[in-house]
Amino acid sequence: MRDRPIRVLIAKPGLDGHDVGAKVLCRALRDAGMEVIYTGLRQSPKAIAAATLQEDARVLGLSVLSGAHLPLCRRIGELLEEQGGLSGLLWLVGGNIPRRDLPALEALGVRGVFPTGSHFDEIVAFIEREAPQ
Amino acid sequence: MSRPEPEPAPLRWESGLEIQPVYTAGDVERSGGTDGVGEPGEFPYTRGIHRHMYRTRPWTMRQYSGFGTAAETHERFLYLIKQGNTGLNVAFDLPTQCGLDSDDPLARGEIGRVGMAVDTLADIEEAFADIDLDRITVSMTINGSAVVLMAMYFAMARKRGYELSKLRGNAQNDILKEFIGRGTWIFPVRESVRLVGDTIEFCAEHAPKYSPVSVCGYHIRESGATPAQEMAYGLSIACAYLEHALERGLPADPCAAGLTFNFDIFGDLWEQVAKFRAGRRLWAKLLRERYGVSDPRALKLRMIAGGGGGGLTIQQPHNNIVRGAYYAMTSALSGTQTMALCSYDEAYTIPSEHAATLSLRTMQILATEIGLCDTVDPLAGSWFVETTTNQMEKLILEQMEELGEQGGIIEAVASGQVQAAVNRQAYERERRVQSGEIEKVGVNCFTHQEEEQEVDFHPYREEEARKQLVRLAAIKEERDGRAVEARLGEVLAAAAEGRNTMPAIIDAVEAYATVGEVVGRLRDVFGGYREPVSF
Repeated sequence: MRDRPIRVLIAKPGLDGHDVGAKVLCRALRDAGMEVIYTGLRQSPKAIAAATLQEDARVLGLSVLSGAHLPLCRRIGELLEEQGGLSGLLWLVGGNIPRRDLPALEALGVRGVFPTGSHFDEIVAFIEREAPQ
Repeated sequence: MSRPEPEPAPLRWESGLEIQPVYTAGDVERSGGTDGVGEPGEFPYTRGIHRHMYRTRPWTMRQYSGFGTAAETHERFLYLIKQGNTGLNVAFDLPTQCGLDSDDPLARGEIGRVGMAVDTLADIEEAFADIDLDRITVSMTINGSAVVLMAMYFAMARKRGYELSKLRGNAQNDILKEFIGRGTWIFPVRESVRLVGDTIEFCAEHAPKYSPVSVCGYHIRESGATPAQEMAYGLSIACAYLEHALERGLPADPCAAGLTFNFDIFGDLWEQVAKFRAGRRLWAKLLRERYGVSDPRALKLRMIAGGGGGGLTIQQPHNNIVRGAYYAMTSALSGTQTMALCSYDEAYTIPSEHAATLSLRTMQILATEIGLCDTVDPLAGSWFVETTTNQMEKLILEQMEELGEQGGIIEAVASGQVQAAVNRQAYERERRVQSGEIEKVGVNCFTHQEEEQEVDFHPYREEEARKQLVRLAAIKEERDGRAVEARLGEVLAAAAEGRNTMPAIIDAVEAYATVGEVVGRLRDVFGGYREPVSF
């Protein structure tokens, strides 16, 4: 049992404006008892890395549907490394992510990829199991 | 002894209407009768806006396309025209849609990714080179920066000798829906509406055949609205633009004539048919009764339909080809003017050439082999269809009135109320899909252990992005920098003084001012939009 709710930051990096998935997931995570912060659209990698730190988030979920996930994650990964690494953070990515990009994302430190259509239950269970205390 | 037939389970459409297992003439009468049906091509256009509809001309087939540089997009356009497309539906990349130049740091990794990259007039000139703009009508999917892209399109057309007074085409340019879904807003809500007003005014005065706005119920539906709400929000947005134009002292008829529509098609076939028949009738009545519009061209609800990305699935992607064919059929039975059919790979990427061609062939098969063009509004007179058309009309009007009570659509968007309501519904719908309550083939029923196939994603090519950056740098080098500055100064002045910004923007882009530079000047005056972040 955790003594306090898991804090999750859901972010929309880049210019992609398709935010239905990000927003419905925010609700699902909140309904599952987590504390959810949503950044809104068009966040720069810098702003996302800074918010992760400021909000003391244990989980960072990025939603990208434009296909720009690799360059965006590369940059965000660098910034997260600079500000203390990924040891206290569970990093997830969702959206239109082709399977062939999974190894590249894993190499950057992404621990879970949930393509469009993933079930809320599956994401919630994964976070509950894997999120650092 | 025979067993009694079981009672069917109750059924409700997404919009909330309860659907009976059987309809009779009495149901039509109780729902308001058939007085409002009328004749095709005549007020109130329930049966369609043309007398003979597809018998004399099938719908325009206009697939969404554009990617990479203007040169690549130009090649794709030529290919599409050769295949029998009768219109072009231009996709722009996200930097262009958000008013950023390719050399902006925020554009990194996004140049040419989901559409064509446009920085200056040179890109627009190249994309449409040698395309006969009298024969092929061009639709531009552009919103936040529409005022700039329209200025570029007009500047290009003028340079090539077309008269603006005869130029046809349209821009999406529906900024209010961008705040609800899709998200390529730039300026605050009211200032954004003012820019839409500038384009309506400019077109009413100088380019009367060009439709400056295509109001999109589509994206609102994709964001979680029901079909009835889609129509209610769409018509409310159209009314808001028209009222803004009237406040400027413009005449209602030419401004209303500049408004066209873009609607979604996925979901229950009959619900869509009722939505469109009711929507056409309601729009014509509202324009005539509320705004005194009398020009038949204005009273006719002209629309593009056929897309329905929200209905497509990543699972068993080839099922989307079948879905697409039914969406196209629904769209034709609904009396659309233009179809941009979603391609089977659209659930995860911009359409491949193969997928786009299949969509085009789907529409061509429907238009030639199946008999969809045989007669006008073939569903008219059905007790079921006429009853639900009447009921949908009432429902849409009620929902419009509710919005009015909340202070109107502009206020409801600015405060984030609409976004919150639509999002709540999206969540409920997704939960019902995940629980299996809403059945989706290949997703929660009729699934099979499929070998997970790798789908083709449109590749991002750094090389093309680099080419665009080199081209932009060269143009900035070659152009008359002083003239650009002076003309950009005029854009700023027009914005600050409340004058129509279109003439100044056309002058600026003719001097090869960039999209980012023009948007930057407008932002200096209007400020940027701050999203009310809620979920």
